[in-house]
Order: sequence, then structure tokens, then C-alpha cells
Amino acid sequence: MEKKIDKTGIRIGMWLFLYTEIILFGGLFVLYAAYFHKFPELFAQGGEELNTLVGTVNTVVLLISSFTVAASITALQRGKKGQTIAFLLFSIFCGVVFLINKYFEWSTKFHHDIFPNSETLQNGPDGLNIFFGLYYVITGLHGLHVIIGMILLMVTLTLVMKERVHKDRFQLLENAGLYWHLVDLIWIFVFPLFYLVI
Amino acid sequence: MTATESFYHTPSPPGLKGIWAWLLTQDHKRIGLMYLWAVGLWFCIALCCGLLMRVELMSAGRTIMGPEVYNSLFTLHGVIMIFLFVIPAVPSIFGNFFLPIQIGADDVFFPKLNLLSWYLFMLGAFLAVASLFLGEGFPDTGWTFYVPFSLTTDKNVSLTVTAAFILGMSSMLTGLNFITTVHRMRTKGMGWMQMPLFTWSLYATSWVQILATPVLSITLLMVIFERVFAIGLFDPGKGGDPILYQHLFWMYSHPAVYIMILPAMGVISEIIPVFSRKAVFGYKGIVLSSMGIAVAGSLVWAHHMYTSGMSDVAVFVFSLLTFLVAIPTAVKVFSWIATMYKGAIEMTPPLYLALIFIYLFCVGGLTGLVLGSAGTDIHLHDTHFVVAHFHFTMFGGTGFAFFAALHYWWPKMFGIMYNFKKAYIGATLAAVGFIFHYVPMFILGMQGMPRRYYDYLPKFERGNFLAGFGGFLLVIGIILMFYNLLMSFRKRQVAPQDPWGGTTLEWSVPSPPPLHNFVEEPKVKAYPYDFSEVIAQAQNAQAHQESEK
Ligand code: HEM
Ligand SMILES: [Cu+2]
Repeated sequence: MEKKIDKTGIRIGMWLFLYTEIILFGGLFVLYAAYFHKFPELFAQGGEELNTLVGTVNTVVLLISSFTVAASITALQRGKKGQTIAFLLFSIFCGVVFLINKYFEWSTKFHHDIFPNSETLQNGPDGLNIFFGLYYVITGLHGLHVIIGMILLMVTLTLVMKERVHKDRFQLLENAGLYWHLVDLIWIFVFPLFYLVI
Repeated sequence: MTATESFYHTPSPPGLKGIWAWLLTQDHKRIGLMYLWAVGLWFCIALCCGLLMRVELMSAGRTIMGPEVYNSLFTLHGVIMIFLFVIPAVPSIFGNFFLPIQIGADDVFFPKLNLLSWYLFMLGAFLAVASLFLGEGFPDTGWTFYVPFSLTTDKNVSLTVTAAFILGMSSMLTGLNFITTVHRMRTKGMGWMQMPLFTWSLYATSWVQILATPVLSITLLMVIFERVFAIGLFDPGKGGDPILYQHLFWMYSHPAVYIMILPAMGVISEIIPVFSRKAVFGYKGIVLSSMGIAVAGSLVWAHHMYTSGMSDVAVFVFSLLTFLVAIPTAVKVFSWIATMYKGAIEMTPPLYLALIFIYLFCVGGLTGLVLGSAGTDIHLHDTHFVVAHFHFTMFGGTGFAFFAALHYWWPKMFGIMYNFKKAYIGATLAAVGFIFHYVPMFILGMQGMPRRYYDYLPKFERGNFLAGFGGFLLVIGIILMFYNLLMSFRKRQVAPQDPWGGTTLEWSVPSPPPLHNFVEEPKVKAYPYDFSEVIAQAQNAQAHQESEK
């Protein structure tokens, strides 16, 4: 029996999977919408307490990494192994930068006694508590996806080095790339919701 | 090895001997069978839980257990029946086994993912049961995990919820796999409108699975977050809103009832034409109604929340939308009946079970309208009327369709035939017991007996006694049915390739199917339910017999 790789099929499968991920976050966005409707002023106030600069930096970092992942796919398709590896390494590095940034951001917040169940939030207005609750849940879940995406990229990277993923068999890299774009895309939604609430 | 040797006997790849040839298989047929045994086992366990509850309710006051055990039992019963039986049963067992064959393919598109789904299913099942014995005892929240109780109870809810999360993932991956398979692996010459209806129903179901399950996943995740960090997203004291939990939960769980019932309807749409020897009436209508149910069914979730305190407008809108779902459902029922009209009906156990399905499902569907109208629902909400309604649809519907599918495809899956007479007796007992079991609950509900209560007022005693009596009949019937099927392994009466005169592709391969499903290129009919050949053959055979006399 001849075994042909059906690229379109693999892509369909991956897209369907990404779809489920978007709906997963969709549930959280629904909650956000409902509570925003309930506490518009407090959400705006909460948004002001977040550091827009950190958020912007992270957005840029993710966008760049998205670009380099795409570049790595093109490089692989052209058979340039070295370039592929370099681009992938850089993308993973961007992921690390994102997480470090996030770490500092969260720890400053913790420092200011803003975290689930903290005194400030418990005694403060309800809307702020919900705002920061959602902030931690959504960015936390997103952070988890960043980590998963990085693991995926690292696995792909190893396989590229071992030549198990190459010019004629790049589906894994392509799918890992798609996943990474998804992580980026979700962040593009998360960013305005929290950092730029008017 | 000859090409026609069945997939049971094909030699295992090196290093895979005995049990490993099954546990590491990527063959969709073997995976389907592994689901069969797993799901069958869970079903029996949950059946026992149900019966124990019913025994407890047979007389007022404490009968055989205390209230705590009762609460745990109905959660266990509900969780197993929903997540481990009705949702996976038909798609995972028969879908895995027959979907690729029906479209003339070798396997599903992602065979490894398929095996992974099975392991996720087993892991989820294992965790669900483990949470019974770990921690402070089995969760007593019911399978809906409503907040705030699920956040405050000291039982092991987090683990059960994790289990449900994993099970959701498994069902989502199966759905993804099926959609890709249908799109990419149909054999040459099979257009969309030549696909068997069972495959169509699985296709529609898979879309619902992919669109709805992530909502459940996130809801369950939030229950875990709330339990661990107590953020207060659903806690009014901290600004949250418990109603939002219910919205999110039912956004999955209402579509989930279509995940349960659509494949079941697919089975019935397969059985009715075969035993009527007549092309199914309104093939396109059935296809469109499957998709219609999938879409309309996603818009009606809040009919579970009329009494929770929604705005009147919302109640009105959801009530209206709920009625709309009845239309595509009725299209299917009328198609089945029109198919049988003037058909050459041949009674067999699968058809008999399918007819029982139609009857019970219609009762379930019609009483659903009673609950869908906000006015009557306010009176009946969370009473035994609801219990009777959902058992009629889920058990009378999906449950009996599952039995019908078992009897229909058993000869194909195992290559052996069972005893018809015992099958009829078992099915009749089960159906009669079913009616005795659940009809009293409609009446009890209207009189005001609440659901999920361990005890009740003396005036409800007679109805509950009758229901318990019916429950025993029902269980005896089911045991007889299963016993009969299992005995066929002993007697080993070899089944022919096409015992029923079916026309879809699975009947064109040997029973049981060979490893690669098709020995020769499958021949696709212009129309999947074209019985002219089958009828001509039967007439020839008859003429032949008569000429010999
Ligand atoms: C002989 C068979 C069965 C018996 C005796 C039985 C009995 C019961 C009883 C007594 C309850 C508790 C009702 C309440 O107080 O709310 C219950 C609940 C339930 N049953 Fe069954 N049942 C049977 C079969 C099934 C089947 C086949 C299914 C699924 C297809 C099913 C699904 C459920 C569900 C989902 C609940 C709700 C659990 C909850 O509220 O958390 N049952 N059943
Ligand atoms: Cu519903």
C-alpha cells in the first residue's frame, strides 16, 4: 500500500484543533463581556493600573516571533536547515522574553497586594476584584499556551536538527507554527481587553 | 495470510504480541471494539447505581442507604451515564468501526490520534472513579457541578471535574478525526450526497462536538480555578454571578444532548430502510435536518434556566428557539415512518428495537416541549417529570438506538449471529419495564415530587413503588439482551456477509472485515439506499426454489 502524505488533510485537522482553542478562550471572553457590561467604570480603572508599556513590549515580542516562525517555515521549504534552526531558536527566545516580562509584571502586582483573594481586592470594589480575577485567569491560561507553544517549537527544532523534519516533510513545523500564530492571535485580543480598556 | 482473513487474525507487527496487539493498535476496528468493552462495562456499573437508587426510593424513609450515599450514587450514576455512556457510545464504538468502512476508506485520517482518544477516555474514566475513593468521598453535586455548591462542598469535586475535562478532550479529538476523515478519505466516486446517513449524522455530531466541547472545558477549568484560588468569578459576594456559570455550562450541555441523539438517529436512519427494503424517504431532508439540529440546538441552552432568574425577554426568546428544534426532529421521525409506508417490512431484532426507539423518543421529545415552554416549566422544573423526560430521550432514545446498533452490526463485527427469539423477549421486557419505570415518574413530577431527593412524602409512595418494580423488569430485559449477544460466542452460528440485505459499503465486505477493510476497490452506488439489486436477488432465489419443487 502506498502511503502518500495528505497535506491538506493534516492542515484541516490542525485548523479544526485551533478552532477549539479559540472557542476555549471564547468562553472567557464571554465572561469578560458580561462583567464589563456590569462594571464598565471599574474595568477602566483596573486597566489603568496595568502597565501598558509592558503589555506593548510583549505584543511586539510576540508579533516578531510570529514573523520569525513563518520565516523558519519558508527557510525549511527552501531546504536551508541552518536558517530554519536560527529562526526557530530566535522565536523560542522571544517566548522566553515574553514569559520573563510576564513574570515581572505579575510579581509587581503581587507586591502591590493585587492577586486573587488579596486584602486589597477583597476589601475593594467588586468590579476590580472581577477585573483582576479575569486578568489572572486569562493571562495565566494564555501563558500556559505560550509554554505549550514553546515546547512544540523545541520538539520541532530537535526534529529539524535530526533531519526528521525536512524540505519534503515540513507538516510538523507548519503545524507548530500555526499553533504559535494562534497564541499570538489570542494575545492580540487579550491585550486591548486588559491594557487599553477605556 | 489471505486477503480476506479477518482483522482479528492478522499477524501482529513484530514486538506486539497478545494484549499489546490490541492496546497499541491503530486499526479503527480494534479501537472500536476496545471502546465497546469499556463502555459496556461502565454502562453495567451505572445501571447498578441507578437500580440501587430506585430500590432506595421504593418505600418512604431509609430503605437501604443514607442520604449521603444516595447523593454520591446519583452523581456517579449521572456522570458515568452521561460522560462514559451516552456521549461516547455510538460515535466511539460504531462510528470508529463503521465510518471508515461506510465511506470506503482504510482507516480514519489520524489513526494515532484515534488511539490517543481511547487512552484519554480510559484515563478520564479512571479518574472519575478514583475520585470516589480519594479525598472526602465522591462528589455529591450531580453531574452538572452547579456553583456555589460545587465550590463549597468538601468532596473531591476537583478530580471529578478534571476527569470530565479529559473526557471532553477525548470526544473532541474523535470529532476532529471524523470530520477530517469524511472530508479527505471518501473513496473515489462518493460524493457528499452518496454518503450513508449514519456517516452524515456522525459528521454533524462532530461539528457540534468541536464547537461546544471547548466551552465545557473552560467552564470546568474555572470550577477548578475557583476551588483552588477562590477568585470569586461566580460568587456574588465578590462581584461574580452564579447565573453565568449556568450559561456557560448549558452552552455545552444542551448541545451535548445532540451529541448524544444525532448518532442515534443516524443508526435508526440506517436500519429502517434496510428492513423496509425501500429507499429512505427524503434522504436530503434527513441530511439537512441533521445539520439543522446541530445549528438550532446550539441556540437554546438557556431553557434549563427559566427558574434561575433571567430576564423575561431571555425566557421568551429561549422558549421560542426551543420549539424550533422540534421541526428538524420531526422531519426525521416523519421520514422514518414514510420510509416504512408500503415497504416490504421484514421484522428482525434491530428493526424491533428501532421501532421501540421511535416510540420512546417521541414521548421524550413531546414532553420536552412541555419543559420548553416557560409557563409549564416553572411548575415542573427539577421535579421527577424532568427525570422521566430525560430518561425517555437519553435512555429510550440513545440507549435503545445503541441496543439496536448492537443487534444490527453484531454479525458484521464478530461474524456470528445471535438468537432472535431471546433478543425479542429481552427487548420486549426492557421496553415494558421502561414504560413501567418512567411513566409513574411523569405523574409523580406533576404532583410535585422533586428530583435528587432521597426521601419523599408518603403520598408519593405508590408511584415510586411502581417505578421501582418497572426498573427491575427493565434491568432483567437488558441483562437478557446482553446475555443473548454474549452467548453467540459460545454457539458460534456463522453469519453471512450481508445477513440483512443492507446496501451500504460495510455489507460488501466479509464478516468480520479484513484488516484493510476492502479486498477489492469498493463499488459506490449512485444512491446509497438502492435496494433494487437486493430485491431482484431475493426474487430470483424464490423463483429458483419454486422451480425446484
Ligand atoms: C435501569 C436503568 C436506570 C435507572 C434505574 C435509573 C435511575 C435513576 C435515578 C433514580 C436517578 C435520580 C433521579 C433524581 O433524583 O434526579 C437518575 C438520574 C439520572 N440518570 Fe438514570 N437510571 C437508569 C438509566 C439511565 C440511563 C441509561 C441514563 C443515560 C442514558 C441515565 C442518566 C441519568 C442522568 C443523567 C441522571 C441525572 C443525574 C444527576 O442529576 O446528576 N440513567 N437515574
Ligand atoms: Cu437543553
